[in-house]
Amino acid sequence: MDKEAFFASRVNSLGRATLRWVNEMGAMTVFFLKALLMVFHPKQLPMIIQHVYTIGARSATIVMLVGLFTGMVLGLQLFHTLVKFGSTGVLGSAVALSLIRELGPVLTAIMITARAGSSMAAEIGIQRISEQIDALYTMRVDPLRYLISPRIAASIISFPLLTALFDIIGILGGYISGVMLLGLNYGTYFYRVQSSVEMEDIIGGFVKSIVFAVIVSTVCCFQGYFTHMRRDSYGAKAVGLSTTSAVVMSCVLILVSDYVVTSLIL
Amino acid sequence: MKTPLIEFRDVTKRFNNQTVLDQVNLEIYEGEVTTLIGKSGTGKSVLLKHIIGLLTPDEGTILFHGEPLQNMIGSQRDRYFSQISYMFQNNALFDSMTVFDNIALPLRQTTQLHHKAIEEKVRARLEQTELTEVAEKYPSELSGGMQKRVALSRALVTDPQIVLFDEPTTGQDVIRRNAILSMIAEYQRKFGFTAILISHDVPDVFFISNRILAIHEAKIIFQGTPAEFEQFEHPFMDEFVKSIEGLQEHLTGIQSKRQFRIRNQMGLSRKDPQERYIVALFSLIDFDQLCEHLGHTRGQEVLTAMGTYINKHFGAVGGFSTRQSKSQYATFLPFSNLAEAERILEEFAIDLQKEGLRSIQAEARIPQEICFEFAILAGLAQGKAGNAEIDFIFKEAEARQRKIAQVHCEARRP
Repeated sequence: MDKEAFFASRVNSLGRATLRWVNEMGAMTVFFLKALLMVFHPKQLPMIIQHVYTIGARSATIVMLVGLFTGMVLGLQLFHTLVKFGSTGVLGSAVALSLIRELGPVLTAIMITARAGSSMAAEIGIQRISEQIDALYTMRVDPLRYLISPRIAASIISFPLLTALFDIIGILGGYISGVMLLGLNYGTYFYRVQSSVEMEDIIGGFVKSIVFAVIVSTVCCFQGYFTHMRRDSYGAKAVGLSTTSAVVMSCVLILVSDYVVTSLIL
Repeated sequence: MKTPLIEFRDVTKRFNNQTVLDQVNLEIYEGEVTTLIGKSGTGKSVLLKHIIGLLTPDEGTILFHGEPLQNMIGSQRDRYFSQISYMFQNNALFDSMTVFDNIALPLRQTTQLHHKAIEEKVRARLEQTELTEVAEKYPSELSGGMQKRVALSRALVTDPQIVLFDEPTTGQDVIRRNAILSMIAEYQRKFGFTAILISHDVPDVFFISNRILAIHEAKIIFQGTPAEFEQFEHPFMDEFVKSIEGLQEHLTGIQSKRQFRIRNQMGLSRKDPQERYIVALFSLIDFDQLCEHLGHTRGQEVLTAMGTYINKHFGAVGGFSTRQSKSQYATFLPFSNLAEAERILEEFAIDLQKEGLRSIQAEARIPQEICFEFAILAGLAQGKAGNAEIDFIFKEAEARQRKIAQVHCEARRP
């Protein structure tokens, strides 16, 4: 009997957690759609440009740095693997396709989550607990339009651009380790890059980066916006937990959606 | 009968199991200053948030011009909310924006005004609230008092029809507190909006209020004029109002109207009914122009310095004073007859003209180069101890007022 009760309580709590999760996903979807509709409001453009600078331009350095070393490590690892099969000539293809199809969009999204997503969640969370969002409401400024919509639009613009930057710098990283350090012919490297990368690969990478942009901006803004609804904590602690949740949830959803999008593309 | 602008009918609000508003009924009338008083944590801010739509009642109805808010369609609700502005208790300023941008935000986001027109409007508000020098600073770089003024400017920049002030004077010193109240009164008069205030500044806030609402244990226990509130008998008066008034007296030496009346009645009850007493009434004329010319803060400083000067002088002969209205002080002289009082007033007038005005101006920190001509009037009236109608004596004293001192700007010029 005790065993049955224990089992029932486990199933019960699992069911509650699942319902909560489904609810939250539904709420996030509505939240995203409402914010997206407001992107076309006439007063949005200056704010979108401002957020493109914050989310995009200011993340460029870190994205380039990560891209460079990812490309260099890929070049190094793949060179030593390909040597065993006598096919070091395809290093350019391997590096470029890995970066453009997978690593570029995923790592860029994770880096932006860490850099800009966390700050989005924290900033909006603080605005919520200090009644700044209520103040917007009393001024008849829709907080979704003013705070959320420009961030989502800016993310959709910035993510593909940063992904492209990551891919280019990554390919150059592979060139540094493969050609400059390990002595591969530079013509072979770039010929392989050019011949193996198809337009579908580039489009696929951009599709992924747009999906990740929607996920990261929505999750981070949603977590910050509803900081006051948290049941596990209040005030500054709630902002901290919302930021953590935003980053963790974004990273998990990036990887899950990466699999889903890849399986749809291939 | 006048239809209230806003009316609460049996409004109840609960948070979890705690009832914050319990079947609240109240009326707010157009063009008036209504002040909501009550102890901390009794639901005053919650009540205000129902008016602005940040909260909705669990039970009951809120009516605007007799129309229930919940029955209004989208555009009607938008029109209603567009008339309201709200000044938050903790200011709710955008900490990543400068003072200028904070004030300009509602204009930039909700109007089609050209940026030059917005700038002009914001600069005018900054000037009125004495914030011009900090326009480019961030809220965190300002004192609590300045932040309050920024929030006040932001609330008024859109020229709203209804302004809700949630403790606009919290964290201010006595002078700034009265300056903010005076500023609210002036704007209310100038723009004709309906003001709803939450304030603990009893009794100062009564001078600018048309109506008082008192909230106690989740219910509205009093609605009426400040004069009616003075006569209101309820345990709330002992718990809340008297404790605040006691603190006021301790800080300024000037008694509240209520304390003044109690002390007056006690003094009179000890006298023979036929025995006489004297009331002196002092007025600072053109007070509003003075505030406009020197700023509200300096205006209040002049008024406070004048009160302190009167109290010091007449205190020596057993008198005690109260602020009778926005720019008037009344002094009760229980131990003087009319002839003696006239002689004291004569001496006071000479002293005031000779030294007092200069000392008041110095106390109010008015720079030498700024001069504004203002005058002080005084009048005496005599009452009988047996007749407790002090308001009549005040009126008589007012009718007998004459100019006793004046600042002459010409005299200062070389």
